Amino acid sequence: MTDALAPTTADRAARLQKGLRRRYARERRFQLYGLLAIGVAVGFLVLLLGRIWTQGNTAFWAHEAAIPVYMDPARIDPAYPQGTNFPQMVAEQQLARLGVTDDAAGRASTEMRQIFSSELKFVAGDMIKADPSLIGRTVTVTAPLSDDADLFFKGEIGRDTPEEQRRVTDRQIGWLDRLQDDGFVKRTFNGRMFTSGDSTEPELAGVLGAVVGSALMLLVTALLAIPIGVAAAIWLEEFAPRNRLSAFIEVNINNLAAVPSIVYGLLGLALFINWMQLPRSSPLVGGLVLALMALPTIIIATRSSLKAVPPSIREAALALGASKTQTVFQHVLPLALPGVMTGAIISMAHALGETAPLLLIGMVSFVPGVATSVAEPTGALPSLIYIWENASERAFHERTAAAIMVLLALMIVMNAAAIVLRRRFERRW
Amino acid sequence: MSALLFLLPIVLAVAAFVAGRAVAHRRFDGVRPHSRPSQHAALAAIWVAVPALVVVLAAALFGGQVERGLLEADQPAAVVALDDIRRDAFYADVHRVAGGETPLQTWEAPLSADLQSQAVRAGQLDSIRLVGALAAALLAAAIGGLFAFSRIRPDLRARNRVEGWVVGVLLACAAVAVLTTVGIVASLLIDATRFFERVPVQEFLLGTQWSPQTAIRADQVGSTGAFGALPLFAGTFLIMLIAMAVAAPVGLMSAIYLSEYAGPTTRAIVKPVLEILAGVPTVVYGFFAALTVGPAFRAFFNGIGAQLIGGPLDGLGQYLMLVQNQMALVAGGVMGIMLIPFVSSLSDDIINAVPQSLRDGSYAMGATKSETVGRVLMPAALPGVAGALLLAVSRAVGETMIVTMAAGLAARLTLNPLDTVTTVTVQIVTLLTGDQEFDSAKTLSAFGLGLTLFLATLVLNIVAQRIVQTYRQQYD
Repeated sequence: MTDALAPTTADRAARLQKGLRRRYARERRFQLYGLLAIGVAVGFLVLLLGRIWTQGNTAFWAHEAAIPVYMDPARIDPAYPQGTNFPQMVAEQQLARLGVTDDAAGRASTEMRQIFSSELKFVAGDMIKADPSLIGRTVTVTAPLSDDADLFFKGEIGRDTPEEQRRVTDRQIGWLDRLQDDGFVKRTFNGRMFTSGDSTEPELAGVLGAVVGSALMLLVTALLAIPIGVAAAIWLEEFAPRNRLSAFIEVNINNLAAVPSIVYGLLGLALFINWMQLPRSSPLVGGLVLALMALPTIIIATRSSLKAVPPSIREAALALGASKTQTVFQHVLPLALPGVMTGAIISMAHALGETAPLLLIGMVSFVPGVATSVAEPTGALPSLIYIWENASERAFHERTAAAIMVLLALMIVMNAAAIVLRRRFERRW
Repeated sequence: MSALLFLLPIVLAVAAFVAGRAVAHRRFDGVRPHSRPSQHAALAAIWVAVPALVVVLAAALFGGQVERGLLEADQPAAVVALDDIRRDAFYADVHRVAGGETPLQTWEAPLSADLQSQAVRAGQLDSIRLVGALAAALLAAAIGGLFAFSRIRPDLRARNRVEGWVVGVLLACAAVAVLTTVGIVASLLIDATRFFERVPVQEFLLGTQWSPQTAIRADQVGSTGAFGALPLFAGTFLIMLIAMAVAAPVGLMSAIYLSEYAGPTTRAIVKPVLEILAGVPTVVYGFFAALTVGPAFRAFFNGIGAQLIGGPLDGLGQYLMLVQNQMALVAGGVMGIMLIPFVSSLSDDIINAVPQSLRDGSYAMGATKSETVGRVLMPAALPGVAGALLLAVSRAVGETMIVTMAAGLAARLTLNPLDTVTTVTVQIVTLLTGDQEFDSAKTLSAFGLGLTLFLATLVLNIVAQRIVQTYRQQYD
């Protein structure tokens, strides 16, 4: 029998072999697609972070000019030093030093002035105010260079670009080179980036105002969303009777978690600003909106960590005569607390990056200062990123990337805290 | 001032707690009470703090309106003659002057004097209001306290009462979620109805012309305003389609690879990477799309166009040379990347929920892994995966920052991925971030769009959750 079938088996075996090869090839292709898909995701992340780093790391450095300035008594009014046009004075002194004569329209001095930041005026004014005896002497004034000059030294504005296509003229490049050769230009850490609020001048703009605004906002969010969310989750998980009301609340929470964030912005605009007349672009309104957004996430996270506490704990407490409330607050909640806090921190980190609702409650307006209360108008870190990205000055682009790094760093710190919390305190039953 | 008023209930509660415990200790001397002294004290604190808190809240919420009513009851003729908006501004300045600040506007001759006189009255009313609120709160607390302290007896079941209050507070917190939904629906509906009174619903849903610039002056030309939202829906749909074309295959394939092929090491590396990708704020994706992907794609297509110009495909070349940074492909593509972790983690859960016995059966029949995935796992997981994809669609439709930063503003009825389109969310942001005229059709149209967006995502979510839930029950 075997003999009779032998040719067919061999035939079938050959066919099977061929089919197998095809099937294995398909298998390898399929696996390759999977690897490719993961490669796309990982590759994009690397590209994204790498690009932000290459665009933004230069913003942490800035070029400063430390130039000797003759505090001309003829131009400075000792009673009112702030009124002096220091930039023009410095520009003329520099032109004289470089042997350039200004034309009648003052074009050369205008171009020279553009090299320095407008901050020069305040730095020099403050020096005179602090020590009026400086008038008539030559002192070294340290002030940032203008954003364009800074970009030139960073190589962002190339020498080879045709003059009409770059924001620095050939003449300015010559002067900048001379200034550098004379050792007047210093590359320093850009501390302003972290110590000042927003500004229309890129070289003076910083993220502090936005960081403080975001922090105040998160404070309001945390104070509202965490207690309310945890309480709601406790009711749903431990006390809710299985009836229509609790089912309705549950459906509500699930749907709220999926409502687009911009709809929360519309709610904030209509409810908190137009109806309750709360101050526009304030951390209070932003915090309220973010609290409503974070609520479903916190409720869901709290419920799952309450669920993870085994029923035996509850039964033991009840058996020893504790009431339902005592059981929950003295036994179940403390055991679930690490999970609750982890969920809360992660949802706060998420709220920190939320942008769209903030745009609708007025956080796109330019706010130069640093807020000191939750009712003052302020910017927030994500909305600052949006504003800077839209700015026309090129120097803002590197600062946008730098602000993103600050935002990501804050988020990483918060998430790391959550992970540490989970690792240290999580109990497996 | 009112912020300090809110401290009052807390201070009263602490005082009532301390006093209540002392009273309870004294009265329970020698007897065995039902509840412990501190539980009686907590009940007393509740009875003192809650009435005070109610009064303070009422004063904060309605005090301003009462004061305004009293001010308006006896106002000068010149103020009566103002229209509503100007009168609001006038009284805002009255309060500023009363608070010692400078008014925001300069008011003409009769009004400037009225401003001062009304400010004096407002100042008086303010102090009456503060003292009145304080007195009323103390009175309410005293009544509550009398009631509570008179009841501190050994047989009072104080613990049960306190626990009743606690559960009530928990229920109230859970009800906030319902109130949020009510708030969203109400705020959208009220303003959307006002919009639909001016623009009929069918014109809004089916009109093909979107230019929301309404005339500020009646004689202005070329700005009559057209509110046909169809191009916005088309743009949203196009970008969503592109995003899903990226996210669905990549997300699904990576989920399959992670759950079926990857070893523990690969999983341990790739899963956190996907989580980071999910955690990156959308504004960062928007920045990347606008400043990196957009220019790169534009350069790419312009390069192809330059090759084609003059050849047999000259027309196409000319078109490609005109492609802009804000093409739909850029926003859609980056949004697709953003959705990968979302699709992947949802599908991962669903694939893992398919029982191992189905896989084992398939392997036992000699199927390869990919055949098992394609013929056993996928059919079993399909409803769940469909639900996950629907949730991703709802995300893509509601996503705002990427499109605001990387898509354009041109409302165009097209399905060409290289064209510039605009979306519902972009228009909402644009309409509400510029200078707004209060109550104009332009501003209100944002709420019409918001309502449409809310309803669309709501339907998508409900359907998706229904599908996912029904599917999960299958194997449980």
